[in-house]
Amino acid sequence: METTANLISEMAHTAVEDCYQCGKCTAGCPMADVMDLMPNQIVRLAQLGEEGRAVACGAIWLCVSCQTCTQRCPKSVDIAAVMDAMRQLSLERGTASESVKRTVAFQRAFLDNIRRNGRLNELELVGQYKTMAFLGDVSVPLLFKDALLAPKMMQRGKLHLIGEKVKDRAVVRRIFDRCMRQE
Amino acid sequence: MQIGYYPGCALHGSSNDYEMSVRATLTALGVQLKELDDWICCGATAAHSINKKLSMALPARNLAIAERDGYSEMLAPCPMCSMELLKTIKELSDSPSLRREIAEVIELPIKGKTQVVNIIQVLQMVGVERIREAVKRPLSEFRPACYYGCLLTRPAKILKFDDPEQPDSMEEIVEALGAKPVQWNYKTECCGAGMTMANEDTVISLSHKILSNAEAHGANCVVVACPMCHVNLDMKQRDIERRQGARHRLMVYYISDLIGLALGLGEHELGIDRHFVSAPLAAVKE
Repeated sequence: METTANLISEMAHTAVEDCYQCGKCTAGCPMADVMDLMPNQIVRLAQLGEEGRAVACGAIWLCVSCQTCTQRCPKSVDIAAVMDAMRQLSLERGTASESVKRTVAFQRAFLDNIRRNGRLNELELVGQYKTMAFLGDVSVPLLFKDALLAPKMMQRGKLHLIGEKVKDRAVVRRIFDRCMRQE
Repeated sequence: MQIGYYPGCALHGSSNDYEMSVRATLTALGVQLKELDDWICCGATAAHSINKKLSMALPARNLAIAERDGYSEMLAPCPMCSMELLKTIKELSDSPSLRREIAEVIELPIKGKTQVVNIIQVLQMVGVERIREAVKRPLSEFRPACYYGCLLTRPAKILKFDDPEQPDSMEEIVEALGAKPVQWNYKTECCGAGMTMANEDTVISLSHKILSNAEAHGANCVVVACPMCHVNLDMKQRDIERRQGARHRLMVYYISDLIGLALGLGEHELGIDRHFVSAPLAAVKE
């Protein structure tokens, strides 16, 4: 039977079993002070086959993917990739907590935008993300928050009303479908 | 010199000031950029957080286009794009079966042999000495804090660029322009990057620490080579000041801005007048 440690190691293309809990990842993490589980604890849970606790925590969504942990790990465990694997599992199992819904909504809106346009259309993304977060009842003021920045961006020629689209959008859609299907 | 060019979404969106700056400065240095035909988004944080295969397929499609069109070297000025491209090259080179699988997904053959470089590497290819010789207006009043952030150097195994803890390639370049870079502690700390929208509190607190440390070490401006770092440190600076009750007013330049200025190019041409913070450089205390 495949153990969970193997599952995370396989998903993250790294060997979580190599971790000896020195805590260097947590020491250098810019988000550790607001995390509910520390990066080294998340790796430990992966080792023990208790990833169920890790995929329900808020920490995996607070991780900013800065790669400091991966860079500094004396055992070459790719902790940032472990975080990615945990996020992916969390979505598959539907364990993302209420507090991280905004982040999840944003990532989903981002990908949906790319799937349709091939390139990011920022204005459309903002609208879509706010609507998704709003419908998910995350936060109503969110809808209006960035409205203050938009005119200033427009004034500086930094916001385009009509975003770029790639010519071959059909292939982008097929790539997305193939990747999502093989999940 | 001619080189393939992958702008990425940020440089064709709200970070168009970075693209203006990169194009103007590299043109002045005799580098010709050939934009990749019908490039697509690299997927960024969203793809690698949600779907591993997609996070390889999107960069791979761009790499395959680069191979098809004969670009052996390609500039990706955004470190997020750059890292996603390089990570994909590494994964592909490790596994022939993955190469076949991804080729089917992206509908193009792929070897993963393109050399992807960041803006600093292109400047190094031009040569620091050549840049020094081209300076028309030395930047003696500039005391920049060179800020590398995360993805320019980390993880070193993939990026293979500079030192991940104590990088100094930008300092070498700005010194050649006549500027005096400061020594400081937050060179490689994270600014919160792509969390700008999803988790703004994070960005505000991390970026505040970075700006404060730069000032504490005598910097009168910050230099970056990343569109996300620029958004967080420049566009969000007013928010940071409001929320943290601090006053920063630090100009945030792209590395290409400083070279352009030293070569005699104008602020408008370089897109500097599109930045949010516009403040005179604080006088240097000797």
